[in-house]
Amino acid sequence: MSWDMGLALEMLPDLLEAFVKITLLVTVVSSVAAAVLGIVWAILLREGPRPVSAVVFRILDIIRMTPIPLQLAAVYSFLIATDVSTLSIGIVVFGIHYSTYMAESYRAGIESIRPGQWEAATALSMSKTRTWQAVIIPQALRATVPSLGNWAIAMFKDTPFLIMISVPELVTVAQDLGANNFSYFESITLAGLIFLVASYPTAVLMRKLENRLATY
Amino acid sequence: MDGLLDQLSLAAPRFLDGLVITLQLGLGGAVLAFVISVVLGLLTLSEHLWLRAPGRVVVEFFRGTSLVVQLFFFFFVFPQLGLDLEPIPAGILALGLNYGAYGAEVVRGSLAAVPKAQWEATVALSMNPVHRMVRIIWPQGWALMLPGLNNLLVMLVKGTALASFIFLHDITFVADDLRRTIGKLLAFGIAFALYYALNQLLSSGMRILERHAQRKLGLKPPSGKQAKRAAALAGVN
Repeated sequence: MSWDMGLALEMLPDLLEAFVKITLLVTVVSSVAAAVLGIVWAILLREGPRPVSAVVFRILDIIRMTPIPLQLAAVYSFLIATDVSTLSIGIVVFGIHYSTYMAESYRAGIESIRPGQWEAATALSMSKTRTWQAVIIPQALRATVPSLGNWAIAMFKDTPFLIMISVPELVTVAQDLGANNFSYFESITLAGLIFLVASYPTAVLMRKLENRLATY
Repeated sequence: MDGLLDQLSLAAPRFLDGLVITLQLGLGGAVLAFVISVVLGLLTLSEHLWLRAPGRVVVEFFRGTSLVVQLFFFFFVFPQLGLDLEPIPAGILALGLNYGAYGAEVVRGSLAAVPKAQWEATVALSMNPVHRMVRIIWPQGWALMLPGLNNLLVMLVKGTALASFIFLHDITFVADDLRRTIGKLLAFGIAFALYYALNQLLSSGMRILERHAQRKLGLKPPSGKQAKRAAALAGVN
């Protein structure tokens, strides 16, 4: 068994198409959704009435501690009769799953704000909403953004789980191509290389951003 | 309620089999990942470039290419290269290498975070490198790395759900399979509860280790029971 360059070049366009059309699409849309939901959870856990925040905390904990393939299969089985596409199920499940992690990142960011900032906002008799908008969130984001980026990279590397509900993302296509051509070597290796080429520079960039935005 | 009991007695043995597969992958993967974390972590911490560089390359490689890709490589590509792997070893290998690479960063970061003066003191006392690591640096780093390793352990257990991709009947597979016989709500409900309970159990185990490590370093006040025993031994009361 040796590397067949011709076969690899033949497979590359299909793989890149799946990568851009599905893998990247899911990563970008779900990351944005997770980043928005994450901050909602973080504020709700801090400001929400006690019973509400307790329930939200437990739900987020369950989502965080159970596997994405199970969540995909469960949601899919309930929506199978409707005309919701598997792609949108994937986007929603990834968005919600990673929002629970991002909520933790926001929490850490919010906790890193010195108490004096809260006190100053109170002293200026700012409303709760205005305190969050003008004082807390802008400062918390500095500490949180690099960590959100890292979760987005983690999500990107989890997208192959979409195979569970037959969404044709990069690895699913690689597996199909491998089966059709009786050689997985080229297709799976190329899929791995595409992941590496896309995620490594992003991870390095996130590390740089982390150092740049660090306040202390 | 009769119906529910019947369904449960139907589902229980299947879920038990699934749990066994999940546990095999999870525990096997965790042990391998821990060994790899420590080896790669120490390599990437080395002051010799010819140890550090290959360590870095391996860590970045296994962090950068997705877990599923690695699993498929071991399961689909290895046989073509003339190396047949059974599904369970292939799964353990993929989980161990992938999370081991992440763990290596936790180990490296925690050991590097041990105060510089501690490293300097070991040099001043002319301890040999092994002695220095085992007696002084590791116990302090260990307390720092446990929270990070705890997170990774939860991730690893969740990662075992890819077992069904290589035709293993783990908890996720069983739930998906039983949804037609016992109903979606019950099948997935049991699966969610099993993973959640398993991860809670492992996490609290890791937190016990963490407290133990901190106490040994004198970082946290001892528990009430320990304090009482110490007081009794000292004849106070």
